[in-house]
Amino acid sequence: MTSKKITLPDAEVLLLTLAEKIKPMLQPNTALVGIQSGGVWLMQRLLTLLGSTITANNIEHGTLDVSFYRDDYAQRGLKIETRPSQITFDVEGKHIILIDDVFYTGRTTRAAMNELFDYGRPASISLVALINRGGRELPITPQITAADIVLDAHQNLQLIQNSDGILSLELQTSE
Amino acid sequence: MKNPQLDADGRLKHLLSIEGLPKKILNQILDTAESFVGVAEREVKKVPLLRGKTVCNLFFENSTRTRTTFEIAAKRLSADVISLNVNASSQSKGETILDTINNLIAMHADMFVVRHAQSGAAHFIAQHVPSHIHVINAGDGRHSHPTQGLLDVFTIRKYKPELHNLRVAIVGDVLHSRVARSEIHALTTLGVPEIRVIAPKTLLPTQVEKLGVHVYHDINTGLKDVDVVMMLRLQNERMNGAMLPSVQEYFKTYGLTQERLALAKPDAIVMHPGPMNRGVEIDSSVADGQQSVILPQVTYGIAIRMAVMAILAGGQAGGTQ
Repeated sequence: MTSKKITLPDAEVLLLTLAEKIKPMLQPNTALVGIQSGGVWLMQRLLTLLGSTITANNIEHGTLDVSFYRDDYAQRGLKIETRPSQITFDVEGKHIILIDDVFYTGRTTRAAMNELFDYGRPASISLVALINRGGRELPITPQITAADIVLDAHQNLQLIQNSDGILSLELQTSE
Repeated sequence: MKNPQLDADGRLKHLLSIEGLPKKILNQILDTAESFVGVAEREVKKVPLLRGKTVCNLFFENSTRTRTTFEIAAKRLSADVISLNVNASSQSKGETILDTINNLIAMHADMFVVRHAQSGAAHFIAQHVPSHIHVINAGDGRHSHPTQGLLDVFTIRKYKPELHNLRVAIVGDVLHSRVARSEIHALTTLGVPEIRVIAPKTLLPTQVEKLGVHVYHDINTGLKDVDVVMMLRLQNERMNGAMLPSVQEYFKTYGLTQERLALAKPDAIVMHPGPMNRGVEIDSSVADGQQSVILPQVTYGIAIRMAVMAILAGGQAGGTQ
């Protein structure tokens, strides 16, 4: 089999695109929620990049670790490291922007939505992903992405953060 | 020898005692519990992990707090829970433990939480159940009470995160206490450098020093500069014969009073596994005082039990990462 050569986009450039696209969505009563781990890194960066808009609109933020809501728990068990979800604001009536790094099957989003509803009833939930790699298995798709590519099932695209906080994309291929 | 608590991949299969569990697994349970603490503070105090699973609480010996917290923990994980006080039912009609267990397996139970007056009862059950069923020891005789030991170290870690810097005193009836044994194993495995046991000779097991603890018979010396004071209940129901002159005498020599607590570090915390004998091992003013974390222990106990059940029940084949 010949593997096609894929040039991955620069995650730092994608981040700036994403920030520009999200900016108009930031209204009073909006809250940002990052999904562990990549979505939280992105959210932290967006909080800085969009600092003045965020402060002006009094936008709150939180994090979710969806481990307790994953649909593959029965097959794979709990991952060794879970992190506490931190939603300290009142979800009731909020317009939530969920932030994830790589959108793939949609199962993580489903888990995140289920968890969010256990905090309260949001007015709306939108999904923002840095990159959509194709392959969704549920009727869920991000409203905003900075890039769309098509990968095969045996390819695994991951967002990496180095010790200086610089983001990059990494592609791994399994048999 | 093969550890009956772990599967071939070193993953937790049953929780029977803290003795023999690697630090990695203890930390995994404590860290996972950290994520469960917040669940109780939400609008919906439940996660769907054990949806469709049936947890059987089998209590061959009475306990209100342990049974209730296991029950709440299972329910917060969305499991169906059945609690049986077995001494009050079939056992009094002569059914053996294994018959009771086999009947519950025939009803498709997925997990057993077992308390028994006999040491080794949970091990015995774990050896006989099919491989998809998990067993948690909720206290067996004088042997072990692993979730209590875990919730105690979890509580300590919450208030004193630097475990490798702590001086911990365990005070009271160590001889009859499965809680003390589990605490000592957990603290030692997690690297607490100094553990003291404070008790009269009659309430200490022989060769207790072999567990790596320092023995004190005088509470005033033993409490000096400790960070954590873990009181034990005087187990009247397990005493046969005259181990103590009287409970009044015991309070006079070993009861934790404000004056004695003042010998510990000023920010020392006071713990008790419950149920407390006020005025026997602990003075009411200490139990209800600023330094007491006895009620937080109960709250954290639920998170610990949720973590143990969630780790046991998930995935038959190798966890992620």
